[in-house]
Amino acid sequence: MAERAFVRTEILPEESPPISEVGIWGWMRVHLFSGPVNGTLTVVTALALGVGAVFLASWILVPTWQADSLSACREILREIRPGHASGACWGVIRDRGIQLLFGFYPPELYWRPILALGLLALALAPVLFWEYMPSRLLWGSALYPFVMPWLLWGGSTWLPLGALAGFVIGASAYRVVSRASGSLFGLIAGALAALLWWGLLMTPVAAALAGLADIGLEPVRSRNFGGFMLSLTIGVVAIGFSLPVGIVLALGRQSDLILVKSLCIGFIEFIRGVPLITLLFVASTLLNIFMPPGTDFDIILRVMIMATLFASAYMAEVMRGGLAALPRGQYEGAASLGLDYWQAQRLVIMPQALKISIPGIVNRFIALFKDTTLVSIIGLLDPLGLTVSIRANQEWNGIVWELYGFIALLFFTVCFGMSKYSMYLERKLRTDHQ
Amino acid sequence: MKWTMALAAGLAVTATSGIAGKLDEVRERGELKCGVSTGVVGFSAPDANGVWQGFDVGMCRAVAAATLGDPMAVEFVPVTSKTRFTALESGEIDMLSRTTTWTYSRDSDLNVEFVGVNFYDGQGFIVKKALGVGSALELDGATICIKTGTTSELNLSDYFRSNGMSYDPVPVETDSEAHQQFLANACDSFSTDGSKLAAFRATTETPSDYILLPEVISKEPLGPAVLHGDQHWGDIVRWTFNALVAAEELGITADNVAEMAQGSDNPEVRRLLGTEGNLGEMNDLSATWAVDAISAGGNYGELFANTIGENSQIGIERNLNAQWKDGGLQYAPPFR
Repeated sequence: MAERAFVRTEILPEESPPISEVGIWGWMRVHLFSGPVNGTLTVVTALALGVGAVFLASWILVPTWQADSLSACREILREIRPGHASGACWGVIRDRGIQLLFGFYPPELYWRPILALGLLALALAPVLFWEYMPSRLLWGSALYPFVMPWLLWGGSTWLPLGALAGFVIGASAYRVVSRASGSLFGLIAGALAALLWWGLLMTPVAAALAGLADIGLEPVRSRNFGGFMLSLTIGVVAIGFSLPVGIVLALGRQSDLILVKSLCIGFIEFIRGVPLITLLFVASTLLNIFMPPGTDFDIILRVMIMATLFASAYMAEVMRGGLAALPRGQYEGAASLGLDYWQAQRLVIMPQALKISIPGIVNRFIALFKDTTLVSIIGLLDPLGLTVSIRANQEWNGIVWELYGFIALLFFTVCFGMSKYSMYLERKLRTDHQ
Repeated sequence: MKWTMALAAGLAVTATSGIAGKLDEVRERGELKCGVSTGVVGFSAPDANGVWQGFDVGMCRAVAAATLGDPMAVEFVPVTSKTRFTALESGEIDMLSRTTTWTYSRDSDLNVEFVGVNFYDGQGFIVKKALGVGSALELDGATICIKTGTTSELNLSDYFRSNGMSYDPVPVETDSEAHQQFLANACDSFSTDGSKLAAFRATTETPSDYILLPEVISKEPLGPAVLHGDQHWGDIVRWTFNALVAAEELGITADNVAEMAQGSDNPEVRRLLGTEGNLGEMNDLSATWAVDAISAGGNYGELFANTIGENSQIGIERNLNAQWKDGGLQYAPPFR
């Protein structure tokens, strides 16, 4: 009897893969329990994380928001947790949170820094998301540097308008003269005209206009600036100015003109060779000794200038990296198209160099923003400086973690936002083939 | 747009003052610039509304009241221990009132003039009661938290060496770090100025668990200072402080100063409060300068009690800071 082998005549229907290979179980088997060692590690880590999370939650989730002193917090905690009275004291944030945000800025004028921040977002939008916005809006953004100080410090409306007029005068002088006798003379004439206006004419003209129509905001003194607002102000100004100054320095460093080149190298290397703290001390103490007695050179302005100089030197080096990464052919290609220096920079070199430098630039921005907390060492009351002042009150003496946690959250929000935007930008600008 | 103005002012070389005295400068400005610490419990700190409070702050307000007639006409400039003397020297502040120890080298070598001692402090030790120690001489072999780079560090080493004892230092950077370390049992004792130890003890969860050892191992006379060279301004600050001390001795308080100024039988009270003689005029001040200064925050004793003494949470005893009649060192020269 011939044995007949079994021959299947129809194709079996597709089976779903075994449960141990797909879905949550499969994922866990592959990623968490792929062997005895990894399995043990997973369990141990999960336990540690769980214990940590429970501990943290029991510290954070306590009803101490209404407490008006550390001892009141301890009363509340003792009531709900007899025996071990550990927990956060959030009353300090209720009592002093606003102060950590605004410093001693007059409460009835809080709308001004808030409006300045809102306008900053509006002004940044055409820059950050340029492909969705008409480029005409960039002119609006250019006005922001004049609006922000006016909103924050107040004073006569004519001063920011006068400062703006200086740029208009300079630009018109450049146009007229460069048409007549070349762009170099135009540049010089424009700069001279603007400086003449700012140095000699602006103040009397602004005063005269103020005499005619005295419109302005109530002035707020720098001494009242503090908290996170101070950090943001210094950070935004230094970031905003350091990028253009850094680009100019980086280009100057590559220049063929020996004077420009050595000036730029000297500046960059000097600033990079000195710690920021030293520059801040120079700003806070040394500058005042050189000034004639009685002059009041605003402390925050001094700090902003120093922070900007410091950041510019680093920015110049970041940009130099981007410029160095461009092949020589790009420069030659631009030249062969008949573009002059500035056209070549604007249309060919900078777009590529900036794209390469994005991670480095944003890195510097984030570092700079966090560096602003160093101003507490020269007695400015930024959030870190304010923690000392708050602890020096009898009600809150002894509070540490709640204050630092709150400040960390503020800084994290801003820095994480910057970091996320830079990643978005890198993805968007990626033109190579993947 | 204040900063362009500030820039213009900074760039334009305007050598105006220098000849006129500090008093005229302050009067012209309408405000006293007073350097205070960024925050020392009881001595100076801004409250929730941004108004500065404390013992050192009270001194600034008294001087502002004496010179300008308004105790609130003060711009408080927070200075750190690193920037305080340069701030004084550069004219950024008119006077320094910031728990600063009067020492020989600071008075002679730096361009600073101390006008008096408003708080006699001294370095001490805090320990946990459970340690069972009653005297600093029993601390042989102990671990001690100490701030690096301070005079306290040097005093501590001197004290242990001269008593033939050894200790194990735990270096810390700030007061709050020292508190955390001490509470976490990283050190048996923490050593710094007695006023700070008292303030720290008051903030612990159960103050009775901690004791301050009786030994005081250093002299820390704290006082306000002005820039060397303007003796007239120095006189004003010195005698404003003396007026507060004398007021306590003579029984003049913030509450009864107006009444006493109306009429008192005591000739020294009459001279001090300007009812008789011309003491204010001698210093280019108004006749009621002392009345204004005392109304600002009370006499020395009231200011002490309300900020760091019995009426505050810190509760520092008067001890050396009591009036000379009560066995302390506060002694105002006669107003004559």
